Amino acid sequence: MLLEGKKILVTGVITDQSIAFSVAKLALEQGAEIVLTAYPRPTLVERIAKRLPTTPPVIPLDVTNPEELAGLADKVKEYLPTLDGVVHSIGFAPQTALGGNFLETPWEDVATALHASTYSYKSLAAALLPLLQPGGSVVGLTFDATVSYPVYDWMGVAKAGLESASRYLARYLGEKGIRSNLVSAGPLRSMAAKSIPGFEKFEESWAERAPLRWELTNQEPAAKAVIALLSDWFPATTGEIVHVDGGYHAMAG
Amino acid sequence: MTREEITAGLAEILEEVAGVNPEDVSEEKSFTEDLDVDSLSMVEVVVAAEEKFGVKIPDDEVQNLKTVGDAVNFILKG
Repeated sequence: MLLEGKKILVTGVITDQSIAFSVAKLALEQGAEIVLTAYPRPTLVERIAKRLPTTPPVIPLDVTNPEELAGLADKVKEYLPTLDGVVHSIGFAPQTALGGNFLETPWEDVATALHASTYSYKSLAAALLPLLQPGGSVVGLTFDATVSYPVYDWMGVAKAGLESASRYLARYLGEKGIRSNLVSAGPLRSMAAKSIPGFEKFEESWAERAPLRWELTNQEPAAKAVIALLSDWFPATTGEIVHVDGGYHAMAG
Repeated sequence: MTREEITAGLAEILEEVAGVNPEDVSEEKSFTEDLDVDSLSMVEVVVAAEEKFGVKIPDDEVQNLKTVGDAVNFILKG
């Protein structure tokens, strides 16, 4: 098993359509012990956690709240003494920051998006650093931010920041032997996607351009890449973005 | 299960998940407009209903469940 004996914290489970749900399921199947964090409805995440092969503990966590971050390592220690992996599957932007409103979005709403979706990658890793072991792995989820899309707007800017933040995290955590990598998934119909007005606009073109095609409702390919990056099979890879998009990013049309 | 039993079961879920007064729950009530259930609470109501009634409510179906009666009909079919 790929994650035998590994201890992993997984954020971002909200429904069983969440990419993080597939990650949690595969991690358990691959022998890991996991804890989940939950926001903004821990009771919902606790119900969903029962649909996993074994029910992991659920820790409420708002990654934009400094007090909650400060107490996180101690809360994790109630269940797991150390960590080998952290999965960041968190993104949020106010409705005004999405859906074609790019030129009108006020800074406060952009700031909210960047805090929750970009800065939180660093905050989460830093909060868990006391528990992370050498050989550990931090993995996040992005949506290829080298180009712009219809309606994705400031969330795209936040993802561009996330991609950079991961490279800097790789720089600063490297001396501890800890890696930071992202999986750049194609569009998936999760709760996060459904909250983007006009999301269907880039759903259609994806399957057509991607040489391997693309299933909008299959989270497993992205989750498998996250598992691989958490494992010992990418020991010299950090600051990397692995595309799990059917090949879309490499095609010009 | 009868319609009344399902409605009573949904009322329990709505109270637990969204703090709705069970006395306010009846078939003609809209989840969002009459009972003030926000979208994320509605997701939890659906998950709890799936477990309580042993049905699967697909995402595409959720948007059609506007009233408590719509949900009762769906659960009866399932």
